Amino acid sequence: MLRRTFLASTALAVGLGTALGTAALAQDDPLKAGFIYVGPIGDGGWTYTHNEGRLALEEEFGDGIETVYQESVPEGADAIRTMTQMALSGADIIFATSFGYMDQVLEVAEQFPDVKFEHATGYKQADNVATYSARFYEGRAVQGHIAGSMTESNIVGYIASYPIPEVIRGINSAYIHATKVNPDVEFRVVWVYTWFDPAKEADAATALIEQGADVILQHTDSTAPLAAAEAAGGVIGFGQASDMAAFKPSPRVSSILDVWGPYYIDRVQAVMDGTWESGDTWHGIGDGMVGIGEITEAVPADVREEAMALKESMASGEYHPFTGPLNKQDGSVWLAEGETADDGTLLGMNFYVEGLTGDIPE
Amino acid sequence: MIALERRPAPSAVWRWATPPLAVLLTMVAGGAMFAALGQDPLVAIRTIFWDPLFAEQFASYARPQLLVKAGPLILIAIGLAMGFRAGVWNIGAEGQYIVGAICGAAAGLALYPADTRLILPLMALAGALGGWAWAMIPALLRTRFGTNEILVSLLLVYVAEQLVAAMALGPLRNPDGGGFPGSRNLARWDSSANPELIVGTGMHWGVVAAFIAVIAAHVMFTRHLAGFQIRLMGEAPRAARFGGVRAGRLVILCFGVSGALAGLAGLFEVTGPAGQLNIDFGAGYGFTAIIVAFLGRLHPIGILLAGLLMALTYIGGELAQLTLGLPAAAIQAFQGMLLFFLLGVDVFTNYRLRLGRRRIA
Amino acid sequence: MDLSSINSLLLLASLMVASTPILLAGLGELVVERAGVLNLGVEGMMITGAVCGFAIGFETGSALWGFAAAAAAGAVLSLVFGVLTQILMSNQVATGLALTLFGLGLSSLIGQGYVGERGVNVPDVPLGPLADLPVVGPILFRHDAVVYLSLFLCLAIWLFLYRSRAGLVLRSVGESAEAAHALGTKVVRIRLAAIAFGGACAGLGGAYLSLVRVPQWTDGMTSGAGWIALALVVFSSWRPWRLLLGAYLFGGLTVLQLNLQAAGVKLPVEYLSMAPYILTILVLVIISSGRGRAALGAPAALGRSFHAAA
Repeated sequence: MLRRTFLASTALAVGLGTALGTAALAQDDPLKAGFIYVGPIGDGGWTYTHNEGRLALEEEFGDGIETVYQESVPEGADAIRTMTQMALSGADIIFATSFGYMDQVLEVAEQFPDVKFEHATGYKQADNVATYSARFYEGRAVQGHIAGSMTESNIVGYIASYPIPEVIRGINSAYIHATKVNPDVEFRVVWVYTWFDPAKEADAATALIEQGADVILQHTDSTAPLAAAEAAGGVIGFGQASDMAAFKPSPRVSSILDVWGPYYIDRVQAVMDGTWESGDTWHGIGDGMVGIGEITEAVPADVREEAMALKESMASGEYHPFTGPLNKQDGSVWLAEGETADDGTLLGMNFYVEGLTGDIPE
Repeated sequence: MIALERRPAPSAVWRWATPPLAVLLTMVAGGAMFAALGQDPLVAIRTIFWDPLFAEQFASYARPQLLVKAGPLILIAIGLAMGFRAGVWNIGAEGQYIVGAICGAAAGLALYPADTRLILPLMALAGALGGWAWAMIPALLRTRFGTNEILVSLLLVYVAEQLVAAMALGPLRNPDGGGFPGSRNLARWDSSANPELIVGTGMHWGVVAAFIAVIAAHVMFTRHLAGFQIRLMGEAPRAARFGGVRAGRLVILCFGVSGALAGLAGLFEVTGPAGQLNIDFGAGYGFTAIIVAFLGRLHPIGILLAGLLMALTYIGGELAQLTLGLPAAAIQAFQGMLLFFLLGVDVFTNYRLRLGRRRIA
Repeated sequence: MDLSSINSLLLLASLMVASTPILLAGLGELVVERAGVLNLGVEGMMITGAVCGFAIGFETGSALWGFAAAAAAGAVLSLVFGVLTQILMSNQVATGLALTLFGLGLSSLIGQGYVGERGVNVPDVPLGPLADLPVVGPILFRHDAVVYLSLFLCLAIWLFLYRSRAGLVLRSVGESAEAAHALGTKVVRIRLAAIAFGGACAGLGGAYLSLVRVPQWTDGMTSGAGWIALALVVFSSWRPWRLLLGAYLFGGLTVLQLNLQAAGVKLPVEYLSMAPYILTILVLVIISSGRGRAALGAPAALGRSFHAAA
């Protein structure tokens, strides 16, 4: 349906045309992709990585694509308006990059059946609404492995944001793999009730460190915990969302990377080819949506190799981080020997696995 | 030497001339900023102020959206202006807005999934009551103990923000939401939905309420004794006392009305455009409304226009991001400038410049 | 649950660090409010200080220059508010809110090139043997210079307000600008100076976040600290030592809450985080009711604009 020529002159003419507020030209214009972000690009975390994905699109398709974006869009009426305006301005595909946009995406999608929508981390699809998310818990497994191997105090601190399945999944995955290499390891989880509050994250990290944690895992977006780890000395941590390379080689010994670019390129290509279909994508390390940032030399070579092996085994699909036997925290059986968790349970995960102490806040 | 001299009476000419002047000054200063960011200032300014209204590609959608965005601002600002005129400083409308939404949503969700048309009115009542009750805290503290209402109402905003997060994660969390935070979607449940009343106009009950509030406030200020008393108390508190105005009752009245209107605004937002109660439900409407009240010179018609202008900068700003790639921050700074200029040039309404030697005071 | 794992010495030490940004911003706002001006733009000035401090620190490689730039930026921004409210007689509440809006936008514009960069190092002050003292050593003598500066400022402001003539004049302006004016005081000039001082302090507080606590620049990194500072000033009933106490209480409550969680205590965190504000309201009610009122109340002219009717 969409035939496209990638003549630079055409793109230029359309660029001017759009700037003058005229309706988008029907056929030969570049494909237009819109992005709405829940935070500012400068957050250095979640939104930053999505914007990296947008830039990857521009890199890949050059004049063949035009991208537009809107930062710091509150989850509500503003999101509806932003997406509608994007659709009106001729967007062919719109990426809504926060869970909280779910109902708004569906609403706008109803109005614009010809526009494709991609909703990150959501679970409701429609004919023109696909959802996508990353299996970050695979990255957590690698972190857990390194944490369990590296800790000397056997106390691992975990800065958690909100008690939602995504975060709980991460805690469980990290814990399972930490105990595999170190049965004595203990996790201390602190709930900070924010995705991003550098000062509070620093306080949380400091509190954990003062209570003996020498590894800090975080599910919040700022570098403050790494800074706290560095100030304390002898404590390691991990980058979250972006590489946080400024803290290499220690305290940042590795990181979980959100790599959205390849998926965005895929989906845009599909729109160009007319092969786009709705669906639910949950990609992990194997598909490159979750990356493991360089494991630095602060980690002993053997641990590094084990971690890489673990990563490879997940990438190849040969190993699933939630493989039985696993019990829930109350001791009841969750997964039998060799059984792996189904995605439904993982998506709604609201329990700790056996061994974790403390309660998930209600 | 240039000095400012108080006018015997506020200048009617300047009262209406200052807003356009301020907009003009903002265009100059903002244009300079956009130019510094490598944009064509004229295009940027046209995108913000003109395109949402008249560009054929966007206007048919953006014009009704102005109402959606301005509705809650106007509704809240009308209530606030009443207090501000009387020298009663409710700056916690954001909190009342949030609590109104919480109470209204809770009242509705308690009856889920009942199917009756009475639910939305009931929720509106609960929302208004919630906002009213939240506003009564600073009002009563002021009348009983003389506690500064600016500070109490502001502090209660923080409490309300924590409360809504707790509610979205706890009691009001959608049981079918897979453990994610946020309430059920109230806009998608017929009994509680506050939809667009006439398709393509952006009119929902909250906007209707805002218009009613504008008219009611206008009538009250010009015709009604309470309006006169409010003005008297603000302009000449002592005369008001001699004139038989009971200050305490006025404080309670002003807070009550502004709280109830803010609560209503919150309720109509959560059942309509926002759809659900979430961790960060308060998006700053309550604070922006304070600015709107002042931009509108505390006058109902002025507030109506100021609310629309404010909404225009939001929507135009979004368009500028979309079509020109201007960062959101530039729009924010631009809005800040607009407010500075509007607030700054207002001085000419009450003062005039006088050349000559200032008497040594 | 294992409460013994909480080390109270370290807890106290870290709450000093945690409280420094709000203490600095609060001290500045305290002086402003004592002069009878309510500047709600603290958040905007803090974040502008944060970005300018980081940027200049990054460019020059010197934390000192960073802090100096942050203070200057905060002061300059606050003077926008000062000119509008003091000379052009605009409403303080609305202007303060506009200042926050503007500051958030401006900081993000300035900071665009600095996301992800690493800031300069701010070393602890070497206090030699003091740092090795038992108990007080770890709590008091192992901090960076800004922590000590904030304590010093607290003392200096107390001396200024209660032991100097200039402080008396400032307070009189805050009680009744008209009366002070009648006595020949330059009300507007004093208020502008107070506002600039408040802006500089807020800028320093913001820079402490971007240069010491986090140390990186990220958009919106103050995330509400300015508003907490405002609450704090009220909590202190406009007294520097109580502000210090309040800052440590506010900061301490967060730190303690996180420590208790880390020790495995189950807490209703989302309700607990309301506590400082409710506490502040209670304090307000107590100081404004009954006997305490005259001695402890707010500056009488707080938030009112003043024009010298010559």
